[in-house]
Amino acid sequence: MRSRFSLLIGAAALTFAGAAQAQHLRIGLAEDPDLLDPHQARTFVGRLVFTALCDKLVDIDANLKIVPRLATEWSVSEDGKTVTMKLRHGVTFHDGEKFDAAAAKFNLERALTLPESRRKSEIAAIATVDAVDDYTIRLNLKEPSSPLLSQLTDRAGMMVSPKAAKELGANLANKPVCSGPFKFVERVQNDRIVLERFANYWDKDKYHFDKVTFQPIPDATVRLANLQSGQLDMLERLLPTDIAAVKADKRLNLQAITSLGYASFSINVGNTPRANTPVGKDPRVREAIELSIDREILNQVVFNGEFTVGNQPVAPTNPFYAKTMPVPKRDVAKAKELLKAAGVPNLSFEMQVPNDTQQTQVAQVLQGMMREAGIDMKIVSIEFATALQNQTKRDYVTSLIGWSGRPDPDGNIHVFLHTGAPLDETDYSNADVDKHLDAARTTYDVAKRQEHYTKAAEQYLKDRPIIYLYHVKWLFAHSTKLAGFKASTDGMIRLENVKLQ
Amino acid sequence: MAVDAILDPAAPAGVVVEQSRGKRIWRRLLRRRSAVAGAVFVAFFVAVAVLAPLVSPYDPAKADWLQVRKPPSMAHWMGTDEIGRDVMARMIWGARASLLAGVVSVTIALMIGVPVGLLSGYCRGWIDHVLQRITDALLACPFLILAIALAAFLGPSLTNAMIAIGISTVPIFVRLTRGQVLAVAVEDYVEAARAIGNPHWRIALRHVFPNVVPPLLVQATLSIAAAILAEASLSFLGLGQQPPAPSWGSMLNTAKNFLAQAPWMAIWPGMAICAVVLGFNLFGDGLRDALDPKET
Amino acid sequence: MWGYFLGRLAIAIPTLFIVTIIVFGLQHLLPGDPALALLGEDRSPEAYEQVRKQYHLDKPVPVQYAMWIGNALTGDLGASLRTKKPVADLIAEKLPVTVQLALMSMAIALLIGIPTGILSAVRRNSFWDYAANVLGLSGQSVPTFWLGIMLILLFSVRWGLLPASGYVSPFENLGDNLRAMIMPAFVLGAALAAVMMRHTRGAMLSVLRSDYVRTARAKGLNERRVVLRHALRNALIPIITLGALQLGQLLSGAVLTEQVFTIPGFGKLIVDAVFNRDYAVVQGVVLVTATAYIMLNLLADMTYFLVNPRLRG
Repeated sequence: MRSRFSLLIGAAALTFAGAAQAQHLRIGLAEDPDLLDPHQARTFVGRLVFTALCDKLVDIDANLKIVPRLATEWSVSEDGKTVTMKLRHGVTFHDGEKFDAAAAKFNLERALTLPESRRKSEIAAIATVDAVDDYTIRLNLKEPSSPLLSQLTDRAGMMVSPKAAKELGANLANKPVCSGPFKFVERVQNDRIVLERFANYWDKDKYHFDKVTFQPIPDATVRLANLQSGQLDMLERLLPTDIAAVKADKRLNLQAITSLGYASFSINVGNTPRANTPVGKDPRVREAIELSIDREILNQVVFNGEFTVGNQPVAPTNPFYAKTMPVPKRDVAKAKELLKAAGVPNLSFEMQVPNDTQQTQVAQVLQGMMREAGIDMKIVSIEFATALQNQTKRDYVTSLIGWSGRPDPDGNIHVFLHTGAPLDETDYSNADVDKHLDAARTTYDVAKRQEHYTKAAEQYLKDRPIIYLYHVKWLFAHSTKLAGFKASTDGMIRLENVKLQ
Repeated sequence: MAVDAILDPAAPAGVVVEQSRGKRIWRRLLRRRSAVAGAVFVAFFVAVAVLAPLVSPYDPAKADWLQVRKPPSMAHWMGTDEIGRDVMARMIWGARASLLAGVVSVTIALMIGVPVGLLSGYCRGWIDHVLQRITDALLACPFLILAIALAAFLGPSLTNAMIAIGISTVPIFVRLTRGQVLAVAVEDYVEAARAIGNPHWRIALRHVFPNVVPPLLVQATLSIAAAILAEASLSFLGLGQQPPAPSWGSMLNTAKNFLAQAPWMAIWPGMAICAVVLGFNLFGDGLRDALDPKET
Repeated sequence: MWGYFLGRLAIAIPTLFIVTIIVFGLQHLLPGDPALALLGEDRSPEAYEQVRKQYHLDKPVPVQYAMWIGNALTGDLGASLRTKKPVADLIAEKLPVTVQLALMSMAIALLIGIPTGILSAVRRNSFWDYAANVLGLSGQSVPTFWLGIMLILLFSVRWGLLPASGYVSPFENLGDNLRAMIMPAFVLGAALAAVMMRHTRGAMLSVLRSDYVRTARAKGLNERRVVLRHALRNALIPIITLGALQLGQLLSGAVLTEQVFTIPGFGKLIVDAVFNRDYAVVQGVVLVTATAYIMLNLLADMTYFLVNPRLRG
């Protein structure tokens, strides 16, 4: 349509180009997504595309409450070991295939068994899936699992066409066939991913775009410039330091929401050779390090005060935040005392930092604050791929890294702090913490879970294998022509009831 | 200093005839105003880099949390950066990193490239063949990609960036040296030296090498310019100078996030890179003209 | 003479072979496990093992190389680790973009370089000679990424004249395509213009000194005619030859310029692939660009050889 328009107007179109076309939404992404198959995908940015492309069994709302999508209702058995879900009628995949219990069973089994699947650990609690009737499935669990439903609000609960998946296998990623409000048209790597309206979507009245284009533009400044000059209608991950510029621009709107993730630095506290330092061995030293940091200043200097300061795996606003452990105040004198008591008044240690500009900035501010407490923190700048390898090999002393976050607190805590968990790369191990984290995972009672998470936090925040710093805010900037958009706490762009005016 | 080498009265016997040419070249170089201007530019930045501890108004790593991204003022002539450090102090200390990157990496390239080129051109035969294939292969790999991969392999740091750029620059010098050797080897005085039974190494060192020097000098100057740009590029990708130490390239890398609110963070290092690279280019260019026998 | 070129062609094969070994070796020396780079946040030990097995990363490096070269010889360049897209498709997708950018940059370099080169040769040692020289060298001295960012700030953000970035296929909309490509092409062209100017100046000077130009002048032809008709025509040959060499380098992708303007060409593809440890992509793209580079070199030599009879001895 765009090309025909320009052909008609000819050269005159040049001066107009960039003006928004009717109901074509152009979104600027911070990175190029990886595989476009919800079961194989690994990156955060890919989830932004899936939100428009694929539909899932359940979703979360603004208050992290689980709400129906393809599953209309669900119930958990008395013993917590079976989950029964009623499925929506009249749903079709983009290739015209029908969505029913068999399709849902196929998808969950694919997520569990496809060799390339990255969803296995997320839904490992599922032992088997039964299709009870045409529109009912039953998930038989190995043990009760309170985080399971929240996992089904993300990629693990997304449904692809069984026919296409059987035909293409792992190559489905090149030609994804889902059941979402928009269907796949084309992808040019590093350039664009184009989706168009799916005419048979079950909830199609709420979706108003004929076409949605995702354009990866890694440079934040260039991304914003594209929005300002009208090449984009919206962008994700605006730099906090650009907020003022967006607010000053009458053609732009801003949406901000605290994310589910956190930024932190991990400390190697296990028994490997590189953990054998005062920082790794002595909790007093780690406490001194934390006391030397002023999180408010960090937030002010690097993020113009726009992010949310925090000291736990979940943000202070989260219902599972341990209220008994508030953000500690900076205390340089006490930090110096602790270091003296630990016998290292002139502490010196290394921190590996991914070599991107924002992380480097954070590290330099931390370095400056620690210096005032007599701590010599050395920044070891490192490529991201190498940083990950060093962590899995335990070849680091401390490492600045974050987590994009999961709706259920289990996804932010258990996987990092439970003994031997897949991402327990600090080698932290505490029997009490393990007990509470396991208990919180296998009970559905929210009050009980809160209690367990608080008990665990009281322990691991004292041991400090990970020092939490702040919670990123998801920042979206968009043209004022775009109406109805609300930022979600998981950072996704939900296009329900969004339109261009 | 490098120029003195050509003017050295104690130059080897084979180039006695070259002595007067050396003086002529020097005079011609001085006549080219752009070359002199280039030399002045370079000298200025070298002086700044050497005198950094004396002329820098502040500690380049000292941050002031209350002075974040402030525009140029009387206290901070070039403004302050993203965590409240004085940009001018960082520019002055950054000159060290950039100039060092240029000089050291080209020195590395010369130290490897020239002997290999001499060997290749002088020995001929299978050694030449093997060396030339490798040189061709390296030249066929994109320069920056080679440097990026090497820098990533060695780990991000200024020293490693210099090594990476140096190694990536080697093939140019191998090529150049070999070409010159092949051209010189057929000259009468080399034939004569060979005829009276001088050993090979002596011919290579005393007769061939001095004639290779002038074009190498030109290339080295131009390569320094390219190396400074390459260091800036690697730093721009986060593979160069490491925090909190400054280099112009890494300053630009950080500045790109603050172009709208703090343009001074990008403008100064960008201009400094342009100026010093232009200086080297003008000087090298003038040197080339002065050395070109076709020019009068 | 044909023998010589056939020989050169034969030499190109081992050269390319060495290129693949260098690139492969270098990539496997890189710290940072490709499997972990691929997995990112989802790096559980179980997933890690699966990926290593799937992409044969658990085999010794020489075996991996043998597998790659074996497939490459049969025309199969493998698939991207990150997106599963066949490398050949990726190359086919990016090649037109890179070629267009290279040609446009070259055109700009020639448009600036040849006239200024002629001017400074004809008006040698004059103010114009120096001015052209300094201007040209300035273009060569500006960091391309910096110039790119400055241009975006001015033309896109401040004045809103051109799109900040984002590539449009010429078949989709030629106008939009040119508007998106003009800034990156200018940035690259400005850097090359100095080189072309130097070559033009040098070539013109040597032609202007030659006998037949002297003869033409002696015959009383006017200077403009001598310069443009007689001298330039002869000077063009070495200029074109050297232009071909520069083109070879442009084709290997303008890494940072593509990064800044988000032009989806070889440069961006390959840098992303290096950082993501997507070795099949790096390997395939370098193979193609190196082949192009070597072929253009050969072509340049051939032209030079044909017009320079003295070299034939």
